[in-house]
Amino acid sequence: MTRLTLDKIAKSYGTVEALRDIDLAIEPGEFVVFVGPSGCGKSTLLRVIAGLEEITAGDLNFDGTRVNDLTPAQRGIAMVFQSYALYPHMSVYENMAFGLKLAKTARETVREKVEAAAEMLQLSELLDRLPRQLSGGQRQRVAIGRAIVRDPRVFLFDEPLSNLDAALRVQTRIEIAALHERMAETTMIYVTHDQVEAMTLADRIVVLRDGRVEQVGAPMELYDRPANTFVAQFIGSPAMNLAPARPGPDGLTIPGCAPVPLAASGEGLRLGVRPEALRLAEPGEPVFNEGPATLVEKLGETQLVYFEPEGAETPLIAKLPGALPARRGEVFRLAVDPADLRLFGADGKAMEATPLPQPA
Amino acid sequence: MTAMKLLKRAAFWALVAGIVLFSVFPFYYAILTSLETGSGIFTVSYWPDALDLGNYASVMNEGEFPRNFLNSVGVAVAVVIVSLCLAVTAAYALSRVPFRGRGLLLLTVLSVSMFPQIAVLAGLFEMVRYFGLYNTLGSLILSYMIFTLPFTVWVLTTFMRDMPVELEEAAIVDGATPLQIVVKVFLPLLWPALVTTGLLAFIQAWNEFLFALTFVASNDTRTVPVAIALLSGSSGKEVPWGEIMAASVIVTLPLVALVLVFQRRIVAGLTAGGVKG
Repeated sequence: MTRLTLDKIAKSYGTVEALRDIDLAIEPGEFVVFVGPSGCGKSTLLRVIAGLEEITAGDLNFDGTRVNDLTPAQRGIAMVFQSYALYPHMSVYENMAFGLKLAKTARETVREKVEAAAEMLQLSELLDRLPRQLSGGQRQRVAIGRAIVRDPRVFLFDEPLSNLDAALRVQTRIEIAALHERMAETTMIYVTHDQVEAMTLADRIVVLRDGRVEQVGAPMELYDRPANTFVAQFIGSPAMNLAPARPGPDGLTIPGCAPVPLAASGEGLRLGVRPEALRLAEPGEPVFNEGPATLVEKLGETQLVYFEPEGAETPLIAKLPGALPARRGEVFRLAVDPADLRLFGADGKAMEATPLPQPA
Repeated sequence: MTAMKLLKRAAFWALVAGIVLFSVFPFYYAILTSLETGSGIFTVSYWPDALDLGNYASVMNEGEFPRNFLNSVGVAVAVVIVSLCLAVTAAYALSRVPFRGRGLLLLTVLSVSMFPQIAVLAGLFEMVRYFGLYNTLGSLILSYMIFTLPFTVWVLTTFMRDMPVELEEAAIVDGATPLQIVVKVFLPLLWPALVTTGLLAFIQAWNEFLFALTFVASNDTRTVPVAIALLSGSSGKEVPWGEIMAASVIVTLPLVALVLVFQRRIVAGLTAGGVKG
């Protein structure tokens, strides 16, 4: 049950600023995921919390106590590394017991804890093996077990699934979710560049870019109400369509499309529409875009249909049901619900869009 | 086609035989000579025509040779232990701790081994005198560091640099101190490198002649290479070739034994890779 507060945390390497003004509060028992493109500082932030990197400025508090100058072990964190980082010359048992032995824990206690963790992770049969005799998934579980036995206050994961193949990744993701259920009192922080992992695992997601926090929120909150264009395009696959919008008497217009009945004013507005919000227009419904498909990608249960409305800089992508026999060059009439549209100002921040007053 | 193959194979083995003969013959001839006595030594023969262990008996029983042998063992073992301890800790700092002038320091360490022994002899002699080590084994242990440390530091630094950083960080997270990281995590993985460099250091210390001749003056603190060179016969005019060869064979045996004992480790060191857990 540890509450973390980050107060104006900054980290720089010489003149390069890796993190700037990070303010964040992580509640006890919360599962928080740091996500962002590579180089956004998410791993650095995790290593700062772990104590593997010194903090340049700001305060890091665990339960209100400043821990800036404590070692990782003193902070009571445990970490699962991307490459597992198991000690190659030690058996599974010794790998898991290493931290406890260094802490001079009584031998029986070590045995109990390691066996309990091994039981939980289905490693009991493998305790005498060396890491090189294990498969990737088993190594990953040993790495997790090594972290569990230390009863950490904060559990850190640094891209733990990126070395696994696709099938194993899904399975391990589910195991990590189950682990969080069982260790409900332990605060967990997880770093990934994969938004699917972020969406499925997180209680709250922290989106980072260029060493800054872009938005913090529950997964669906980020999906439904992105605070800015970066988050809007980062969360969701394929990315949200964004196009410059011009206000007019009939509402907002984006190049090559019909106006949508939203009222807004200002310069440099941008309108966002998720590919999955676009659908085929019913007869008699106002058409948002009409044109030939320039590319069709079949994904199975869905398909991505690309359009190039006149004057648009980027293609408009629609996610349509897979059963539809769509072909390149075929003309589609697309409709959209105005409530599914997102409006962003010239600074990229989300704006409130009000429905255009209906003419009486 | 098959004839061609046979010919190639024959040529290959002839080459191998040639190389083996070239490298083993001097040692073989030393053994041969050591088993002969009197005028038999001066007749050239390539097969043992006598099996006389008298030379060995006289080397081991007369004079200070057993004492010299123990001195050599002591010096070589001490050199290996001290240089490996210093090199492992130095390598950790040089490969893992970022500090200003690290590259320069590494080059300086290497440059020490560029000077020929004779060039540093006078200066070293002054140092040995200053430390009060003249005519003691300590003078040899100290001076041998000059040529063992550069390569042990370099080899171990390269090995340690290749250790995954995450391994060290995992140990830090587990609460290990730098010393515990070196001893409990790195050393077990560095075994092959330690054995290989340790063996090379041992061989160098074991065979060293010039310093041993200069810094030690009395019979009972001499090491074997000097002792052999100074072996003299009953009269000043007679060179006791038989005994010299017997002594040479005796001092070679520990090296052969060491290499045989550690050969699997050495091979492991040469083929090591994929430390990643």
